[in-house]
Amino acid sequence: MEPQSCVNIHKEWDIVGARQLGREMAKKLGFGTVDQARIATAVSELARNIYLYAEKGQICFEIIDNIEHRGLCMTAVDSGPGISDISQAMQDGYTTSGGLGAGLPGVKRLMDEFDINSEIGEGTRIKAIKWVR
Amino acid sequence: MEEVISKNASSYKRLLRSYMESQDEQALYGVEKVSKAFIKNNILPEEIVNLHIQAMADICKDLTDEYKHSMNFLLEAMIFYGLAMQEIPLLREEKHVLQSEISVAASMQQTLLGTSKPEIEGLDIGVISVPAHQMNGDYHHFVKGKDGSLGIAIADVIGKGIPAALCMSMIKYAMDSYPEESMSPKSILKNLNRVVERNVDQSMFITMCYAHYQPEESKLSFSSAGHEPGFYYNAETDTFKEFDTKGLVLGVSPDADYKEYELTINKNDMVILLTDGVTECRDGDRFIENEEVLDIIKKYSELPAQEMVENVYKHFERLQDFQLRDDFTLLVLRKNM
Repeated sequence: MEPQSCVNIHKEWDIVGARQLGREMAKKLGFGTVDQARIATAVSELARNIYLYAEKGQICFEIIDNIEHRGLCMTAVDSGPGISDISQAMQDGYTTSGGLGAGLPGVKRLMDEFDINSEIGEGTRIKAIKWVR
Repeated sequence: MEEVISKNASSYKRLLRSYMESQDEQALYGVEKVSKAFIKNNILPEEIVNLHIQAMADICKDLTDEYKHSMNFLLEAMIFYGLAMQEIPLLREEKHVLQSEISVAASMQQTLLGTSKPEIEGLDIGVISVPAHQMNGDYHHFVKGKDGSLGIAIADVIGKGIPAALCMSMIKYAMDSYPEESMSPKSILKNLNRVVERNVDQSMFITMCYAHYQPEESKLSFSSAGHEPGFYYNAETDTFKEFDTKGLVLGVSPDADYKEYELTINKNDMVILLTDGVTECRDGDRFIENEEVLDIIKKYSELPAQEMVENVYKHFERLQDFQLRDDFTLLVLRKNM
């Protein structure tokens, strides 16, 4: 397995490809069934944000394996319009009501670490990590 | 979280095994308790499905692949339920913060808008005002003049809750600034109309009735700005009469004029002022009729005015299953000498 692999997101179908790659890497790293499902769901949300709001982007997976810990890091990068109000996009409590959350609070919940950078007109970069327990 | 799961995992497995052998109710009661412990500790649905998968793998050694795949499928389907569940405590906390803020605002409103029922010789006054929610969009106010006269304002903001309550504070302070007893009901309404028209959003209207009672002449003069009509009870004929008042609600037009009406009140006569929270009480899906309000008022008319309004309120509170749909204000004046 390559230490890093990427999936381009352009069509809705690509979301499935990204999920699949994420799940395979999670399985090989030794994540349990529940965490595999959570990782796949987080990939879905990130990929879908790209598909819905940025049209084009990429999700890359990277295995982190050092003395301290093992985990899966995913990075979603797009060159879309960017998020003008990150606080609002991260506002919790509305994942399921289909509001402005765009699934980001859900991704944060599903993963262990989460970081987001966004510039208006340039794009968004989201990094999320799940550690093997 | 994992601790709770592993603590309950063995009892879940034991109960499941027992149920699969004998389908006994006791095992089902047992799993109910386990499930309560899970909920209490915010264990997510996907964890429980996973627990079930593992327990089944231990209990039955010959599970089919179809079964295993189906269970993984179910686990996958639970992930979003888990996310939704995790939002519940947060939403509850947010609600709690809002509630306590509103209750501070409500008690502040009570302080700001508080009015005390004056003692007027020969007049028995009863008043009750109950908000549908925490903040009251109804308002009533008594002003006792130095000449012994009594001014009574009763008002209702179209709309409920916090905006209505904020609006009422403005009305009260505008009224406080008027020189007492020098103004007639119609000029008070005319002035307030200007204040409301200038200061309140166009989507908000206020209805108000202002009455002024002069004890030595037993004369009540009143004007209404689109307010729910009050009633006059004539003791001699034992009949109620609806006030035939006309007037534009406050805040619509800058130069509205109000008509003033006069009424002479005799012994045991009553004047009833109210808001639409009283007349628009609902019995199931049906709005009550004015006659029903009057019947109930009549039913308690032997009581002192304050007990009377309280009993009328209790009646309609019960009729509406103890859930007011609108703020309820009822004010009764009775001449008792």
